[in-house]
Amino acid sequence: MLILILRRLLVAIPVLIIVASITFFLIRLAPGGPFDSEKVVSPQVLKNLNEVYNLNAPVSEQYFDYMVNALQGDFGPSFRYPGRSVSEMILTGLPVTLELAMYAVLFATILGLIAGITAAVRKNTFLDYFPMALAMLGICMPTFLLGPLLLLLFGIELELLPVSGWGDLPGDKILPAITLGAAYAAYIARLARGGMLETLNQDYIRTARAKGLPEFKVVLVHAVRGGLIPVIAFMGPAIAGLIGGSFVVETIFQIPGLGRFYVEAAFNRDYTMILGTTIFFSALIIFFNLLSDLTIALFNPQARSS
Amino acid sequence: MKIFPFILLFVISCSKSISPVDSGFENQIMHIANGSEPQGLDPHIVTGVPEHRLITSLCEGLVITNPKGGPNLPGAAESWDISDDGLVYTFHLQPLAKWSNGEEVTAEDFVWSWMRILTPSLGSQYPDMLYYVKNAAAYHMGEINDFSLVGIKALNSKTLEITLEQPYSFFLKILSHYSTYAVPKNVVLAHGSIDDRNGAWTRPGNFVCNGPMQLKSWELNKSIVAEKNPYYWDAEKVTLNEMHFYPIVNESTEDRMFRAGQLHATYSVPQEKCPVYIKENNPNLRIDPYVGVYFYRINTQNPVLKDKRIRQALAYSIDREQIVKRVSQCGQSPADSFTPPGIDGYFPDTQIPFDPELAAQLLTEAGFPAGEGFPKLEILFNTQEGHRKIALAVQQMWQKYLGIEVELVNTDWKVYLSREMVGDFQISRAGWIGDYEDPNTFLDLMRPNRGNNKTGWENEKYDELIIKANAQSNQENRYAVLREAEKLLIDEMPVLPIYIYVRQFLLSTDVKGWDPNPTDTHHPKFITLER
Amino acid sequence: MEASNSLWAESLYRLKQNKLAVISGFVLLFLIVLAVCAPLIAPHSYSYQNLELGAVSPNATYWLGTDTLGRDQLSRILYGARVSLLVGFVATAVALIIGVSWGIIAGFFGGRIDATMMRIVDVLYGLPFIIFIILLMVIFGRNIWLLFLAIGAVEWLTMARIVRGQVLTLRNQEFVLAAQALGIGNISLFFKHILPNILGTVAVYATLTIPQVMLLEAFLSFLGLGVQPPMSSWGTLIRYGVESMEEFPWMLIFPGLIFTITLFCLNFFGDGLRDALDPKSK
Repeated sequence: MLILILRRLLVAIPVLIIVASITFFLIRLAPGGPFDSEKVVSPQVLKNLNEVYNLNAPVSEQYFDYMVNALQGDFGPSFRYPGRSVSEMILTGLPVTLELAMYAVLFATILGLIAGITAAVRKNTFLDYFPMALAMLGICMPTFLLGPLLLLLFGIELELLPVSGWGDLPGDKILPAITLGAAYAAYIARLARGGMLETLNQDYIRTARAKGLPEFKVVLVHAVRGGLIPVIAFMGPAIAGLIGGSFVVETIFQIPGLGRFYVEAAFNRDYTMILGTTIFFSALIIFFNLLSDLTIALFNPQARSS
Repeated sequence: MKIFPFILLFVISCSKSISPVDSGFENQIMHIANGSEPQGLDPHIVTGVPEHRLITSLCEGLVITNPKGGPNLPGAAESWDISDDGLVYTFHLQPLAKWSNGEEVTAEDFVWSWMRILTPSLGSQYPDMLYYVKNAAAYHMGEINDFSLVGIKALNSKTLEITLEQPYSFFLKILSHYSTYAVPKNVVLAHGSIDDRNGAWTRPGNFVCNGPMQLKSWELNKSIVAEKNPYYWDAEKVTLNEMHFYPIVNESTEDRMFRAGQLHATYSVPQEKCPVYIKENNPNLRIDPYVGVYFYRINTQNPVLKDKRIRQALAYSIDREQIVKRVSQCGQSPADSFTPPGIDGYFPDTQIPFDPELAAQLLTEAGFPAGEGFPKLEILFNTQEGHRKIALAVQQMWQKYLGIEVELVNTDWKVYLSREMVGDFQISRAGWIGDYEDPNTFLDLMRPNRGNNKTGWENEKYDELIIKANAQSNQENRYAVLREAEKLLIDEMPVLPIYIYVRQFLLSTDVKGWDPNPTDTHHPKFITLER
Repeated sequence: MEASNSLWAESLYRLKQNKLAVISGFVLLFLIVLAVCAPLIAPHSYSYQNLELGAVSPNATYWLGTDTLGRDQLSRILYGARVSLLVGFVATAVALIIGVSWGIIAGFFGGRIDATMMRIVDVLYGLPFIIFIILLMVIFGRNIWLLFLAIGAVEWLTMARIVRGQVLTLRNQEFVLAAQALGIGNISLFFKHILPNILGTVAVYATLTIPQVMLLEAFLSFLGLGVQPPMSSWGTLIRYGVESMEEFPWMLIFPGLIFTITLFCLNFFGDGLRDALDPKSK
């Protein structure tokens, strides 16, 4: 087991290098440079700027320089925000986004699992249809709609919660967490229901029932193990996606998180920032995928042998 | 019984807390939405409007913009003399002028600062603001290496002498722009060299400047807090204790924040909201004049669009009245000239008729009766709700009045810029906001070899007119020549002016002294919070 | 052959028994017909602007009201259905085909093949999506097929992971091991025991992907890929509807409603299909 983990972590390094390399060339192929602005800078100034950021050098040299520095943990200065290093910016945004994601995941998992498992156990009853209909609604409802709706209701009409900020005013973390978590709660509910139904039909569950085990034990001990595998497989990329996708929520609620840096860097063609955040998010994805693979192995003794 | 504390907790957490606007009024703390996250605070490096607002609070140029429009007021300079030939400006600095660390602001600081912005390896994007100064361009281009040849000199620690290439009458106006500001030489050098873009001197704790406010804290993507600067020469006039600037890109977000009492001022108003606020006479809605023009660039290198008659046909078939009334809907006025009328007393006398018949006739003369055989036109714009709507309206007008087929192409900002730059477009939407209060900031744009021209239109007569105008020392004569140039431009129509910008935003009625002025500059010393 | 025929027939029979699924299927069919026939049945032009009129609430002339440029909302929704349904189905199909086969191969063969394939997925997950789309556009220009490709290219990744996880579990289950011990070949093992058991999850995930894809289309049109104005899609209608939901709620409610109805039907139909296909549900 330990060797497996070590091997996966070791493999992560070449994966990250490949991601960084592809991204490095992709962004240089994309039209528009970091210093293009509405008021065109003179060729002289542009030349100077490129000089400052080593963009006049041959691409191969830039690539080599970047990689050598990156491997030593130096992701360079941001092109967009002079005087700020990429690492520094990631470190400012990260805690906020992680906290937001944590609340959202917590909200999504608890709500999603309760709804999904209940629905599977009480198949074709009101307790199945109602949460599943709600889950469908949750999936339909994009964050860019849910956020403003919640804000209008709780922020403007009822004046219960602040409409923006993060840790400035009491209660300003509630709505963003719900907005970000809602769609994931819906996904989890549906996947949990599907997986549970699948498992509840399996022979070993029937055996367990036949043995006369109490139903809650059958469900919570035996069925959950197999039934939640799709959920866990989904959770890995979902958590990573949630962190990367927090952009919309961060924009609506004015939260100073990493998601905004990630998306804005792409739109600003802030080369170093794109690379830095991309590498960072890739590492995050690999980590969470590994985590979910491990959890699957733990949940499912049969898969562990492989 | 045990549930009681929870109920109490719930009630406390839900009871309405005092809003930032209310507590701001108590403590003279102003909360302002400020567009996108500022790139930085170094006046010689940044370029945007959000930075403009911050830097005019934190630093001060030789002169400041008059909050009510009109001639500039003294800033870091107490007074100035202009030589009779209009070439030499002598500035007498405020005797009390100090940096926010208590050190004296000297003429030498200005000389060094201008040397800094003209140092090529700094990569400043606004050095051309100083090109009007003698030999400044030559120094920046590397043609001369001796800075003492450039027309800026410290006569003594409080007297500054500036010599121009030509008697540019708008030079004083330029001096309120932040690219001409001084930075504290000692502090900058303590954190890096003269050409260090990434020096840490602009960080909270390090940042030193000479404005009415000073930097207190800066949290990325969250807020920048400026507090009253006790060393400011006119500190007793400043009543605000703090200004909180929030970087908010999303207009709906700031609109909600304003309505929830979290902001005194928004940066803009969502497009759909503006007509509603106008209709309900919302006392918070402000629509101020702004020196900017919204226009369409025409690629005059295009084989079809190089024909002047076609460009005129396109212009005369746009119902600009309808566009401002029904589409942009926020107090904009239809443009009849490229330069917004009234900028420092300059009124162009051009007309752009809305005349579909004349337009159709021009198109026929150009060989496309009723648009027959006219190739498909593309309107390029960067993705934004407002641009999309105007493009849609124009598309329908051209189809209806000229019978030509039009396709809309939207791209992200940088792709749009790069396509415009390399001339990979036919029609592209554009906007221009004046850098200073003078028609030159607009008309200079369309001269040949100007990077921002982008239309491929090169007219020597136009160029000569602009040069001739700027050589006039008499403002009336100068404007007369500029009007002639404007007429030529509107006749040639390399650009289709659509509307004149306004500055629309929400402002709490507590805020006093936030006067409308064409460059949208609001010096903190004139602002108070009163009820 | 006969045996499998009867298996399908049985599934069809089970599907028919499920009333909700049948109704949903018909509603979906109806929507598709509406979309195909949009030019014939749309009461107004989808693009004609009546600037004088502006946004008006639903009335006798404009059943679902008009947008801020005075365009008929009903016609825009009908035309939007064409784009959204096409994108929803085709892009999801692309994602399914790639994702399911990728996941099955990786999970079924395991070992080095699995490791390599899943690391490729990791790499693709990591690449910056926005830059990728912008590049695609620059290289291939704007067209609808590119849109499917772009969406399919991102949406299959999660599918592949889910399917792989399922296959991995199944492969080690007793009945599969037993079948293997009996000497059943890989191919028939796969068709008899693996595929039927993952179809349920795939069907559920597919119904979850379709709404994602329809909304993604709206984001891509922001980048300039996808439908260009004046053409509409449900995604873009909802996006613009959100902007003006306080002033002109009908601009959000109607596109949102039809979007929701479609998704519910898809969902019920997908569930019905899953139950019908399930070899164990008798």
